[in-house]
Amino acid sequence: MVEHGDIRVVHRGGSKIDFRQPVITNDSRFLLCASGECVKVFSTSTEECIHDLQGHTDLVTGVLLRPSNHLQVYSCSIDGTVRLWDFTDGILIKTYVIGCPVYSIYASANHEGVIFIVVPMLGDKRSELFQLVAVHLPQSGDQLVESRELSAVLSNVSSNPADIAFGRGGEYIASAKGLQLKVFFFKKQKSYEFSLKEDNKKGGLNTFTCVACHPKDDCIATGHGDGKIRLWRNFNHKKEYTYSTLHWHHNAVSSLCFTPEGTNLLSGGVESVLVQWRYNQESQRDFLPRLGAAITHIAVSPDGALFCTSHSDNKITIIQSCVKVSAVIQGLVKVLRLMARTKEGESVQTDLIVDPRSKALVLNGKPGHLQFYSLQRDKLLYNLDIVQQEYIHELGLEQFEVVKAAFDASGTWLATVEERKQKSAELEVNLKLWAFDEQTQSFVLNTTISAPHEARITAMCFRQATDSQTTMLVSTSKDGHFKAWQLATPAHTEDEGPSWSCDFVGTYHGLVPECCCFSADSSLLAVSFQEVVTVWSPTSWELLTTLSQPPGAIRDLCFGRLSCSKYLLGTTAKNLLCCWNLLTCSLEWSTSMDISLLLADPLSENMAAFCCQAGCTDLFVFKPSEPRPLFSHKAVCSGTVTRAVFAPREKMLDSCEENSQWLNRSQLHFLTQYMDLMTFTTKAEDDRLMASSKQLVIDDSVAMTPFYLLLGKHRHQQQENQDPMSSLSAERTPLPQSSVAIKELLQTPAHVLPSTSFLCSMFVQSLLISVTDLSGCRENNKKAEEEMESEKEEEDSEQEMESSIVRSEQAAVSVQSAECAAPALTKAQVRELRRLKKLDHSWLAGLLDS
Amino acid sequence: MASFKPTNIPVYPKLGEKVTQDTLYWKNYKAPVQIKEFGAITNIDFSPVTPHNFAVTAFTRIHIYGPFSQEPVKTFTRFKDTAYCGRFRSDGQLLVAGCEDSVVRLFDVGGKVALRMFRGHTKAVHVTDFTSDRYQILTGSDDYTCRLWDIPNATELNVYQEHTDYIRCGITSKLNRDLFITGSYDHTLKVFDARVDKSVMSMDHGQPIESLLLYPSEGLLVSAGGRYVKVWDLLKGGQPLVSLRNHHKTVTCLALSSNGQRLLSASLDRHVKVYSTTNYKVVHNFDYAASILSLALAPDDESIVVGMTNSILSIKHRKSPEESREISGQQRRRPSYRVFVKGKNYVPKQDDYLVSKPVKQYLAKYDKQLKKFNVSKALDCALEKWIRLRNPEVPVAVIKELDRRGTLKNALAGRDEQQLSRLLSFLIGNLVDMRFAPVLVVAAEMILDIYRSILGQSPVIDRQLLRMQDLLEREIDYQKELVEVLGMLDTMFASSLPKMEVPCSSGFFVQNCSVLSGFFCWISCEGK
Repeated sequence: MVEHGDIRVVHRGGSKIDFRQPVITNDSRFLLCASGECVKVFSTSTEECIHDLQGHTDLVTGVLLRPSNHLQVYSCSIDGTVRLWDFTDGILIKTYVIGCPVYSIYASANHEGVIFIVVPMLGDKRSELFQLVAVHLPQSGDQLVESRELSAVLSNVSSNPADIAFGRGGEYIASAKGLQLKVFFFKKQKSYEFSLKEDNKKGGLNTFTCVACHPKDDCIATGHGDGKIRLWRNFNHKKEYTYSTLHWHHNAVSSLCFTPEGTNLLSGGVESVLVQWRYNQESQRDFLPRLGAAITHIAVSPDGALFCTSHSDNKITIIQSCVKVSAVIQGLVKVLRLMARTKEGESVQTDLIVDPRSKALVLNGKPGHLQFYSLQRDKLLYNLDIVQQEYIHELGLEQFEVVKAAFDASGTWLATVEERKQKSAELEVNLKLWAFDEQTQSFVLNTTISAPHEARITAMCFRQATDSQTTMLVSTSKDGHFKAWQLATPAHTEDEGPSWSCDFVGTYHGLVPECCCFSADSSLLAVSFQEVVTVWSPTSWELLTTLSQPPGAIRDLCFGRLSCSKYLLGTTAKNLLCCWNLLTCSLEWSTSMDISLLLADPLSENMAAFCCQAGCTDLFVFKPSEPRPLFSHKAVCSGTVTRAVFAPREKMLDSCEENSQWLNRSQLHFLTQYMDLMTFTTKAEDDRLMASSKQLVIDDSVAMTPFYLLLGKHRHQQQENQDPMSSLSAERTPLPQSSVAIKELLQTPAHVLPSTSFLCSMFVQSLLISVTDLSGCRENNKKAEEEMESEKEEEDSEQEMESSIVRSEQAAVSVQSAECAAPALTKAQVRELRRLKKLDHSWLAGLLDS
Repeated sequence: MASFKPTNIPVYPKLGEKVTQDTLYWKNYKAPVQIKEFGAITNIDFSPVTPHNFAVTAFTRIHIYGPFSQEPVKTFTRFKDTAYCGRFRSDGQLLVAGCEDSVVRLFDVGGKVALRMFRGHTKAVHVTDFTSDRYQILTGSDDYTCRLWDIPNATELNVYQEHTDYIRCGITSKLNRDLFITGSYDHTLKVFDARVDKSVMSMDHGQPIESLLLYPSEGLLVSAGGRYVKVWDLLKGGQPLVSLRNHHKTVTCLALSSNGQRLLSASLDRHVKVYSTTNYKVVHNFDYAASILSLALAPDDESIVVGMTNSILSIKHRKSPEESREISGQQRRRPSYRVFVKGKNYVPKQDDYLVSKPVKQYLAKYDKQLKKFNVSKALDCALEKWIRLRNPEVPVAVIKELDRRGTLKNALAGRDEQQLSRLLSFLIGNLVDMRFAPVLVVAAEMILDIYRSILGQSPVIDRQLLRMQDLLEREIDYQKELVEVLGMLDTMFASSLPKMEVPCSSGFFVQNCSVLSGFFCWISCEGK
């Protein structure tokens, strides 16, 4: 795609985070989830993305904590590798090459050194059949390990990771596909199959949708297409198996999960209600309703304190033990759902707009909402509820959709159009006008106009007036009218405030208006009626002139800006781009192009035209007054581009190269056919972004206790002392617990401790640094000691060869670096240090006395 | 977890009059006291001195009422025929009245017998008034003349014979003892100066003049005649200032509120209109039971007295400040309020540790049921009598919400006779309301669909269905007429304004009509 050396098309935001089940780490501090080609690590408390684990070259299909080491995580990908990561530091430890695409990954503590993955049968990529295989991970010190010894466990399994689960400490594995449940016992090396009938009398749907196994008990829970949950027991016999049925969901159960102790079963589906069933008392249920969108995955933290649900609107919700939503990680909401339903040629969706106030990108979000998405920070700012109705999660129900939105120039007014079409009834359209409230910093509903037109609204635009008194909105509709709406101050002071009312209704020979556009100084309004463009004066509502260039109805209208404001550009359905001069009222030029979208940069004279040619979209950027395009880019993406926007930059670029000048003031964003948000960047910008992203690591590993504050202060001082000489200062401060005395003091119960006066001196002693033990040498010792300790801890918790190797390697590296830094000290610096040390003592002594 | 979003009840613009300062002021009167007189009440006049008694001229009598009495404190009955225009002198001591028998009588307010009788007119005297020097009387008569009389001598001072028709109204200047104005059925009003023999100013009202009024500054003159009320600027030589046409029958009487800010006009169309004297817009409107002949306001607007053709005198007294405060005082005295806010207005200090409590969401009854997906119960709650009658938009909004959820059919089905008749009566009441029609037509169709099998089993339901059919028939006729009118208007607009864009609004009616007529066909088929 890189055609012009320095301008390239890049993905912008909108990474999908609801693709696979997220994983909560053992200490419940981090949440890992697969997102495109990387694994994202989020903090469960702050919702921030801490870092990405980047390395895979294709879609990541699964994330799994390593059962034998809770600080490491496996990830698998379509690119045929399984990678092992240290997620706290974001380091790739190992890469296992499998050789064929991996669709999901499982492991159990019972099976050491073995992981189970789902791969296509026969290693064929296009095969529709999948098998579960066990992979023995070879023990080797290399980074890149080939592990191609696969042993099949189950064949013909589903590629959906929710359909396979390990049971009771890894004794058996359960897999469901279609109407069949397979259970494979590892000890007996025997598998049992249970199948259900196609459907029962009541029109139920018995297909399996997900499987979960009880962690302590021999029980398998399966979800079904008709919303039933079956609990299978006694399945180690072919004939005598039993199951009980639970039914609450009215649509397919999309995810099931047992809590770690097995006391509760969680289930979720399209209803967006998290249901908690008590194990063995299934009549008792707890609900957590209105989570926002259909639940796709449920995960529970290993200590059972946190639940997390991922939703179909690209959102992960973190829930504290089924009572309270504690955090919401929200990505850019994809609106693929909408595109699927629209008929060809007419899309039920708002344009991309930029909020003039917050510079956020505004587009459809959750059903009935507009999402405000910060382009600079790649983060969803908030969702504005437009429809303000309880969303009923039911398949096949027609909902209100936000189809049009427009901001006025200053961002104080937002106009939205929502519509709902039922098969039998009339179209319901509401036009809503929202005023920006300075106090709450959000939009507040001012006026609702129900049925503003008798048919669908085709276009809507605000008059970009310089004086704020005469705010005006023009809407055009299929009913053949265009209407001007004006903010009217009420006649009586008792009314709440100004509201909007219709000011003018215009028609032109009964033709249907398609688009409308105000000129830059808002003295002219252009409304296109099929093949004719009519130009009106919005002050007197006189029809000034008509312009027409048949054949072909007008598709897009655009006034030029700044020095080109005398031009009016239009595209017709018959592949024509016309430019009229409004001073002479004549056609200035026209050219034959199949333009799918024409839009003007609000900050410059530039216009962008997306042309559809042979399944690909080309981009031309031009000035209406100049015959040659400023910039052209062939094959920006496949399919037609129908949504694009110029977003003003926060800081102007100062590029002077000719073909990137048009990106100086604003940036062009567009949505592809598959709803990917793309943008154009220059090389200079890329470099700057890379530099800034490195400083974004957030450190929240140490809890802020009063004790930490005391010790931390001490540490900080110590660190400041080291600063001039040590290059290691940037490293994280070691935890104070590393000192034996402090540990003793903190961890021994209070009633068995000796008297405080006795402890105090010991405690203070432990905090002091002996004067004789000098800088470089001291630090080396200390470092080494710390590393030793941490190493010991590691070994205490798990006897894992590899990790200790890695650790000791790291330790060695750090020791070396410290040694390198030490000799750089001069005598003067040492003296200075000593002085500071003395100061330090006196401060502590003072503290003790008081 | 988002909270439950309650059903959106749309706020419809209020169709009635808006609450303004004026409506508050003019509504602040007690219920009227109604007194039956012997005949049509032609004139009411307030005494200028306290206690501001007022003289009511009706048939052959003049009654004088005290400000709060319901019985007359004094009655003058010595009229041979119908009395007209009983008026007080500016000291409140003397009263003058004309009569059908052409004799003008002067009474002492304390006495019974006429002090003076002025004979000279040849026909009924409808106009009498004292001049501002208190010693002369102005009269106007159906013999086309107006005369000035001297009270002490009971002699005629001057005769003016300029009008060419009955003189039915006249007024003397309060500032100048020589100036007076008369209005006549010959459409003119004339300003006379007693120092000269001729009128000094003449204005054409265009209609027979019924009433005259001078502003306190006497720079402006108001005349009422026909359907028009006209204001004239006397200082500019009788230049017409404004012409008001707010009544649809003859305006009979004019009055000015005490501060001169509001002008009142009473008419045979049974309305009293209140105009602002700054912009001459109608700011308030009173309705009465019969055509109004006379109207008077007590000083300081303490009471409004209206006399009507059906010989009923209606007196409205202003509510005393205590009374109007009493209502609000009762509300404030509700005991539970303090208990509710107990501790809630406590402002936390700097070191206080705040424990935030989740705000409880209060839902309406129907919303509580909707939250639980109890659709039938939700509809029942919304159809409770007081909601149904007071806020019909609530049941409509709930029906709409149920329709949106796709569960309206479930909510409507399975009802017994009583519940169904309640539903139907609500539909009959609101089906043709333009605001609710689109929603309710859907519901009505569903009801007919669901209950078609049991038609004819219950007389109550059948009767209601027939009523609905009637209602729809009438509505369709009405809509057709409207469309016809619109068509006429469109042709007229098209012919008179060929170049202007015509805002075409006929679409809605046509559409609405088509919906209703389609539905009507359906219901009539069902009926058969």
